Amino acid sequence: MMTNPTGRLTQGQFSFLPDLTDAEIALQIEYGLNKGYAWSVEYTDDPHPRNTYWEMFGNPMFDLKDAAGVMAELKACRKTFPNHYIRMMAFDSTRNVESIAMSFIVNRPASEPGFALSRQEGHGRSMRYTVHSYATDKPEAERYGSR
Amino acid sequence: MNAPQYRIPGAPQAQPAPASAATPDAIAPAPDGGARSVAEVLAQSQVEAVLDELDRDLVGLVPVKTRIRDIAALLVIDKLRRNLGLQAQAPSLHMSFTGNPGTGKTTVALRMAQILHRLGYVRKGHLVAVTRDDLVGQYIGHTAPKTKEVLKKAMGGVLFIDEAYYLYRPENERDYGQEAIEILLQVMENQRDDLVVILAGYKDRMDTFFRSNPGLSSRIAHHLDFPDYSGDELLRIGDRMLEQMHYRFGEGARALFTQYLALRATQPHFANARSVRNALDRARLRQASRLFSQRERELTRDDLCTLEVADLSASRVFADAKP
Repeated sequence: MMTNPTGRLTQGQFSFLPDLTDAEIALQIEYGLNKGYAWSVEYTDDPHPRNTYWEMFGNPMFDLKDAAGVMAELKACRKTFPNHYIRMMAFDSTRNVESIAMSFIVNRPASEPGFALSRQEGHGRSMRYTVHSYATDKPEAERYGSR
Repeated sequence: MNAPQYRIPGAPQAQPAPASAATPDAIAPAPDGGARSVAEVLAQSQVEAVLDELDRDLVGLVPVKTRIRDIAALLVIDKLRRNLGLQAQAPSLHMSFTGNPGTGKTTVALRMAQILHRLGYVRKGHLVAVTRDDLVGQYIGHTAPKTKEVLKKAMGGVLFIDEAYYLYRPENERDYGQEAIEILLQVMENQRDDLVVILAGYKDRMDTFFRSNPGLSSRIAHHLDFPDYSGDELLRIGDRMLEQMHYRFGEGARALFTQYLALRATQPHFANARSVRNALDRARLRQASRLFSQRERELTRDDLCTLEVADLSASRVFADAKP
């Protein structure tokens, strides 16, 4: 792909950087906790950019003081879904904000096949375009090798 | 891929420091100023202040204070060892506080969180106080998430489990308390640097609890026993409480309060400092209604602050003791 030469999914923060190490992830979590965000862990095996809501791994973690608790949850998720996309989400509960303030991917499948541009012929000579993830050709849970 | 251009604060190995001269010896300079003496560590951590405060604010409790000083000393020495590049394994600091009601277990636990934070043993220094209800669920599969959530909240601080013996109910073999204990054990063992667990409860019941859970007992390094207060100490506690509430004893009231405490201690359900607090609260009630009944009198600051003999002698304790 011309726009994404490394062939990696680029969603959320830090996605053009090399993968964050655990220490770096812990620091980001710590930053969020200091801001009063509630962290949660989510996973999916459908990388389509419009796939907004991923599966939740456990409940969002409110009232935490230290990153160790969130990291423990992330490790549990990695153990369960080693070949899925996993992302951390920070929810800001401030009145009138009440939305996700941070989101970054912390786990990726070993190989990410990327997206195809598919064309559909419409009325006349019109053309409709859409992206299609190669991975989703396979059924759920078999998309990135058996687990 | 290239090495990152940035450095994580507190990361163990860093790039060679750019400007500073290369140190010939293998010992890496310590990150926190490299204290080499006990005084320096104490100055950096201000643990001395907390210990002094503990001495000042808490009456009695000599064995407890001694042990806390020991722990503080160990942590300071460990810090010095680490600064010199010596192996300093983080000691296990899980504790059990046993003692009669009102002997200050919760108060000390709160202080403990502060002390451990100042010494850098726990990262955040908050205290999460829970009881059985917060850990044990009501149906199958409810306990583990509940316990884990509490543990996550306590990470970086101190988890204080009050009346911990309720966790184990031998009479019901399907009780979910056992599950909570197992998760607790696992975290206490594997995430020792992340949190400190303090179990508290009455002496005899905690002993039974530990006997039936030997795994738990052996993972707790410090078993602290809180002694009962002597009459003199109780009186001093009473003085402190009054001082904090901006009250004082009137003429003869203090002597009467001494008598009250001696009598109260022989009665059932005596709860040390808590009984003192309750007695003083009731005396305040009586003082208030005494002043309330004198509608026309102009009340001075002294009147409002003084507990008179009458406020104390009306207590049921004296009435019961007379016949």
